[in-house]
Amino acid sequence: MKPRIRASIAATAAALALVAAGCSSPSPGGTDAKAVTVYAAASMKTTFTALGKSFESSHPGVTVTFNFAGSQTLAEQITQGAPADAFASANDANMKTVTDAGLASGDAKLYATNQLTIAVPPDNPAKIGAFADLAKPGIKLVVCAPAVPCGAATVKVEQATGVTLKPVSEEQAVTDVLSKVQAREADAGLVYKTDVKSAGDTVKGIDFPESAKAINNNSIVALTKGPQAALGQQFVDLVLSAEGQKVLADAGFGKPAA
Amino acid sequence: MSTTEANPAPASRTGGRADYSGLPRWLYVPAAAGALFVLLPLVAMVLRMDWTRFGELITSESSVAALELSLRTSVSATLACLVLGVPLALALARRHFPGRDLVRSIVLLPLVLPPVVGGIALLYTFGRRGLLGGTLDVLGIPVAFTTTAVVIAQTFVALPFLVVSLEGTLRTVGQRYELVAATLGARPSTVLRRVTLPLLLPGLASATVLSFARALGEFGATVTFAGSLQGVTRTLPLEIYLQRVDDPDAAIALSLVLVGVAVVVMLVTNRISQRALTWA
Repeated sequence: MKPRIRASIAATAAALALVAAGCSSPSPGGTDAKAVTVYAAASMKTTFTALGKSFESSHPGVTVTFNFAGSQTLAEQITQGAPADAFASANDANMKTVTDAGLASGDAKLYATNQLTIAVPPDNPAKIGAFADLAKPGIKLVVCAPAVPCGAATVKVEQATGVTLKPVSEEQAVTDVLSKVQAREADAGLVYKTDVKSAGDTVKGIDFPESAKAINNNSIVALTKGPQAALGQQFVDLVLSAEGQKVLADAGFGKPAA
Repeated sequence: MSTTEANPAPASRTGGRADYSGLPRWLYVPAAAGALFVLLPLVAMVLRMDWTRFGELITSESSVAALELSLRTSVSATLACLVLGVPLALALARRHFPGRDLVRSIVLLPLVLPPVVGGIALLYTFGRRGLLGGTLDVLGIPVAFTTTAVVIAQTFVALPFLVVSLEGTLRTVGQRYELVAATLGARPSTVLRRVTLPLLLPGLASATVLSFARALGEFGATVTFAGSLQGVTRTLPLEIYLQRVDDPDAAIALSLVLVGVAVVVMLVTNRISQRALTWA
C-alpha cells in the first residue's frame, strides 16, 4: 500500500508542477515570440480560427490565442481585468459593457450579421416548412432561453409574427439546441444560419423571411489594456479586410449594412 | 464516501495522549492553505451577495419553480437509488459471484465519469432514438424532455454514492449476527429484515442523505439529456447557470441556497456517523 501512496503523491506533485509551468512559462520559441489574445463569441470559432492561422503566417513569430465563449462571459472577464487584446461580441449589449468601461481603443466596428433559421433533421420528420409550423401541436421544438442572445432573437421574431412557440426545452446555448436536433431528440430548433452551415449534412436549414426581424450584430474592437494591443488592432483590421469578410461570408454570415 | 465513518476519533481511543498529534509543525501551513482554498470562494460569494435583494431573488417565480422541481426530482431519485442500490450493495458485499469486481467497477463508474458523458450515454439509451427510447414511447412513457428524464439523470449519478457507502458499512458491520440468526433457523428474508437492515440503518441514513445531495446538485447529465424548461426540467443548478447570464445576483442567491443545503447535509451525515460510532 505504501509504495502506491508514494506513487500517487509523486503523480499529484508532477501534475501540480505541470499546471504551474503552464501558468507561468511564456510560449516556447524564444524571447521575441509574441502572443496576441483574442476574446471572441463562440459563434466565431470556425471563422476566427481560420483567420488566426492566416494572421500567424503573415506575422512570423506571433501566435494567436483565442478564448471562445458566450459574449456575456467574455465581457465579464474583460471588465474583471482579463488580459485580452481584442474582443468580438455577438451582440450590441455586451460590446457596450466593454466600451462603456473605457477598455476599448476607439469605436467598435460592425463586421458581420447573423440571423435565425430553423434546423431540422435531414429528413425533416415533422415536415416543417415555415415559421408558423413550429407552433403546431405535437412538435418537439427546442429554442434558446430568452436570457441568451439567440433566445432574445427568438422572442423578437415571435413578437413580430404573433406566433407563440411552445418549446419543450429552452437551452443555455445555441450549440445545445443544435446538438438536440442532431441527436434527433428534437424535431426542430431555432439556431443561427451559420450553425446550420457548420453542421454540414447532419441538419437541414429552413430559412424563413421573419428572421429579418431579429438581426444579430457582430462587432469587434481592439482593447487598450491588453499586453499586445497593437497586434490586437492588426487582428481587428484583418477581420474587417476583404480576406476576413470573405471567410465570414463563406461561413454564412451576412454583410452589415454600410 | 463519508470518511468520518472509517476514522474513529483517535483521541477517545488513546485517552491521555490526545494532545500529541505526531505531526511536524510545517505541515500546518499547507493544511491551512488547503482549508482556505475551499473556504475562500464561499466567503467571496457571500461578500458579493447583495443581501437586500436576497429574499426577493430566491422567491421569484422561476427560483421557486426550480427549487420545487429540484426537491421533487431529488426525492424521487433518492427513492430510486434506495430501491436499486440497497440490493446491489448487499449482493456486492455478501455474495462472492464471478465477475463481482467487474460489476462493482461498472456500478461505480458514474462516480468518476464526467456527468456530461453520463448525459450522452443516457441520451442514447432513453432518448427518442435511443436503445430503449422507442420501446418506452410505445408503452406511453415518454422520457425525452420530461421530468422523468431529470430523475433518470439524477439516479444515474447518485446511485454509486449510495452503493459505495453502503457496501463499506456492510463490511464494517460484518456477518456475525447474520450467521447466528441463520444457525438459529431464520430464513434469509427474515435475517435481512430482522438483522441486516437494522444493523445497517445508521449507514443507510447517511448514504441516503449523500445520494440526495448528489442528485440535488446534478447538472451535467441533466443539461445534456433532459433539456431545460421552467417547472419541467430546469432544476436549481440549471437555473443558476442560466441566471448567471441574465441576473448574476440571482445566480449567487440560489447558489447560496445550495451551499446551505450542502452544509445541512454534511452536518446530518456527521451526526449520524458519530452516533453510529458510539453504538459500535
